[in-house]
Amino acid sequence: MFAYEFMRTAFVAAFLAAFVCGPVGWFLVLRGQSFASHALSHVGFAGAAAALLWGQPALLGFGLSAVVSGMGMGVASDRVVGRDVMIGLVLSLAMGTGALCLHFLTRSAGAATALLFGDILGISPSSLYWLAALAVGCVAALAVISRPLLFASLQPEVAEARGVNLRLLDVLFLALVGIASAMCSQITGVLLVFTLMVAPAAASLRLGFGPMSGMGVAFCLALIEAWGGLYLSWLTDCPASFWIALLGSVVFASANGVAHLRGR
Amino acid sequence: MMTPAIKAEQLSVSYGGRRVLDQVSFAIPPGSFVAVLGGNGAGKTSLFRAIMGLSTPERGSVLVEGQPVGRGRMPVGYMPQMRRMVAGQISGWHMVAAALQGRAWGLPWCSAHARAEVDAALDAVDARELAARPVMSLSGGERQRLLLAQAMLDHPRILLLDEPLASLDPARMRETTRRIYDLARQRGLTVLFSTHDINPLMGFMDSVLYLAHGKALLGSVDDVMTTPALSALYGAPVEVVRANGRLFVVADGGGDTLHCCDCAEHTR
Repeated sequence: MFAYEFMRTAFVAAFLAAFVCGPVGWFLVLRGQSFASHALSHVGFAGAAAALLWGQPALLGFGLSAVVSGMGMGVASDRVVGRDVMIGLVLSLAMGTGALCLHFLTRSAGAATALLFGDILGISPSSLYWLAALAVGCVAALAVISRPLLFASLQPEVAEARGVNLRLLDVLFLALVGIASAMCSQITGVLLVFTLMVAPAAASLRLGFGPMSGMGVAFCLALIEAWGGLYLSWLTDCPASFWIALLGSVVFASANGVAHLRGR
Repeated sequence: MMTPAIKAEQLSVSYGGRRVLDQVSFAIPPGSFVAVLGGNGAGKTSLFRAIMGLSTPERGSVLVEGQPVGRGRMPVGYMPQMRRMVAGQISGWHMVAAALQGRAWGLPWCSAHARAEVDAALDAVDARELAARPVMSLSGGERQRLLLAQAMLDHPRILLLDEPLASLDPARMRETTRRIYDLARQRGLTVLFSTHDINPLMGFMDSVLYLAHGKALLGSVDDVMTTPALSALYGAPVEVVRANGRLFVVADGGGDTLHCCDCAEHTR
């Protein structure tokens, strides 16, 4: 399996995505913002499709649009709460814009499948440098803000009273979610970002780990999902995205079972 | 003359376009245990936010220990209502610990010294065992104890407690009030304790700060909870009725009960 360069590249890319998705996803679930990753990946799809149309890398378009949208969500957080119709329309518009861009691409069918469901085996070795830089930058930034972010996530009123800037943290964190979504979409595609970002983190929280160990466990579970999905894809010749989604469900169900047995 | 723990001078605060505090003035001596009374929207939380420096007064000022308020640098411990569930199964210990140096950038590591501080705060409210359990599995009263422990971190000199008795049954209300009172007396804290129901506070509080229609009245229970005093505060006739050892504050005509308190027990 590792005799092929595309497989080695895929495993490294999966490691980098899990490295980011574990800790970012842990905070995402803790803060009750799980669907933010789903929403940002929809907006990212439009950006990625537009980038392809203009001859730019999909990762660049996805990343820029997801980060800008994430920051916008952070700034407008008070105003979007409870506006599910508006949010749904914005997401639909983003997907429609993505479809329009793909319509004008000569290789639209292949590009659409890759964006929507991932094409981990198609990642070029040179892309790994970008992914590694994004992963290190994203995790480093999260490490810097993680203490006040944890405080603000658990007790926003008290955190504000102690001088924590909730709005700034919201904007910074959702920008990081945008980057993580962009990386994750390279592995799972736009539609399945949720499974690598949220399932391992939710399982980790369900098992009752504290913040530092919880983020570590979320990373390990994300890595098991991503590498396990690649390995099973190799064995069965089925899409890695399918196996990753399936493993995500198995991981979360297992964590629930363990928590139930422990009476938590 | 002793500097007041909290002093409001002609304080006006608006919330959502409505003036909830209108040129309010009062001074609370250090070490006081004050019940902050008032209906929904009377300005209790707005007053707390002004004391913590989280809102800018339209007019007037608030001084804490003689100093102008400043966001995040007050000697104030704040206990909010536990309105929302903490996601997942994070333990009470980690929830409390998150507040320790929660403003500082970096990873949420806990040094041995920090762990000892969290444990000491939990011990002070007898919540060490509770803290090992997931927050979601705790009752309202148990969570309030954790929030009180969290408010005690960093050794505040003033405690602002926002509806700490909400959603507790009467026995737990009394128990929680006694716990807070004992803690405050041991450490010489000034306590502002907001509540809709002063019943459980009878015998513990030194004074009442009654908020209504943008105005405030501070004084002893006997001075504030009277028909003339509250009628003047509301700007409309209200009646304070004592019946069967209980104290009722009713609107003119007896249609609405604004507040009630049990006057039977004045002992601690």
